[in-house]
Amino acid sequence: MSAVLDFLQLHIEMVYIVILSIFLGIEVISRVPSVLHTPLMSGANAIHGVVIIGAIIVMGKAETDNYLALVLGFLAVILGTLNVVGGFVVTDRMLEMFKKKK
Amino acid sequence: MGSSLLSIAYLIGSVTFIVGLKMLSNPASARKGNLVAAAGMFIAIVGTIFLYEEGGERLRNYGWIFGGLLIGTVIGVVAARKVKMTAMPEMVSMFNGMGGACAMLISIVEFNHLIHGAPPSSPTVNMELLNVNISVSQNTTGTLLVILLGMIIGSVSFAGSVIAWGKLNGKIKDFAFNGQHIVNLVVLGVILIASAYVIYATGQATEEVLTMKLGRSELVVGETHMPAGIGWIFYAVLALSLLYGILFVMPIGGADMPVVISLLNSFTGVAAACGGFLYNNPVMLTGGILVGSAGTILTILMCKAMNRSLKNVLIGSFGGTQTAG
Repeated sequence: MSAVLDFLQLHIEMVYIVILSIFLGIEVISRVPSVLHTPLMSGANAIHGVVIIGAIIVMGKAETDNYLALVLGFLAVILGTLNVVGGFVVTDRMLEMFKKKK
Repeated sequence: MGSSLLSIAYLIGSVTFIVGLKMLSNPASARKGNLVAAAGMFIAIVGTIFLYEEGGERLRNYGWIFGGLLIGTVIGVVAARKVKMTAMPEMVSMFNGMGGACAMLISIVEFNHLIHGAPPSSPTVNMELLNVNISVSQNTTGTLLVILLGMIIGSVSFAGSVIAWGKLNGKIKDFAFNGQHIVNLVVLGVILIASAYVIYATGQATEEVLTMKLGRSELVVGETHMPAGIGWIFYAVLALSLLYGILFVMPIGGADMPVVISLLNSFTGVAAACGGFLYNNPVMLTGGILVGSAGTILTILMCKAMNRSLKNVLIGSFGGTQTAG
């Protein structure tokens, strides 16, 4: 338990970021018209693709003879990229359609 | 120089995510907002690839990294361009699942690093003994917590998204059995207990090794001998999390899928944020948490737009199956 508290203490700045980001996320979204729900979901989906950065770090730190890390890291990079690129492109297409309708 | 540039890249990334989300919630600026966020993401990624360093060491394996990026980009663009307009939501679900899987894989690799005593970045030699030691062992506990959280949430999101994708596709039928909620709760309980055990046992082992080493006044941190079964328990937690993701989405009716996808979307956000803690990485943290909170609110808004409550969609899923089916 104390270990967890110490971990928080060590990362207290990040804890602040977390809390502020939570409120920010709520504020930013709270008055969105319902037509935009799906594109917004899709856009948010692309944004959480930031995991790709973690994947890149895993991949970049892997020892050249650590095949487990190499293979899993490689997969992670591919999947993360799919998430980011696919997410943004799909959102763009949705919004494009949205404009045409209007 | 490099690392301060990287901090700025991350700062730009974080700000564009916020601005992008804000713009996305307004019809007039939505499309531009998406591009703004994409640009920020690009900067953050490129910055990470070229500027990231840990302990003065740059990243290796550029071939693998660029290979992965290339494959992912090609598949992603083709899939996103080719998909029919009507099939968009299931595509989103699929991409969301990929993000979850990515978080899951990161956690698996980092866990293996941790238990096989990855070379510690902290000093290996002597004195300030106790302080160094204790903070090292506590780090292990905290790190493990974040790793496990990222893995559990990531795999639930991955499995759930794939099921949601299949349902929207019509490939997977609704499936519910009596007492499913109880089974779900039990699975979740086992996941939590097993994770707690992993954290406890590892912490214990780390401490023991450290005190032993201290006695002999030679200090090799990081060379921890984990209890034998710990890896298996970890993978059991992984399997159970995947199972939980499946069980969680299975009984929910097809018509409620968008709400579920939105919820899983915010899950993946949280999983990404765990990665932020793991690497002390502010963009991953802000991006992930933003999506986590905005996604949760969005889920609730979507429920309201459909005149249902979130509780109704999730807990009352039997009713959902019938009305939607």
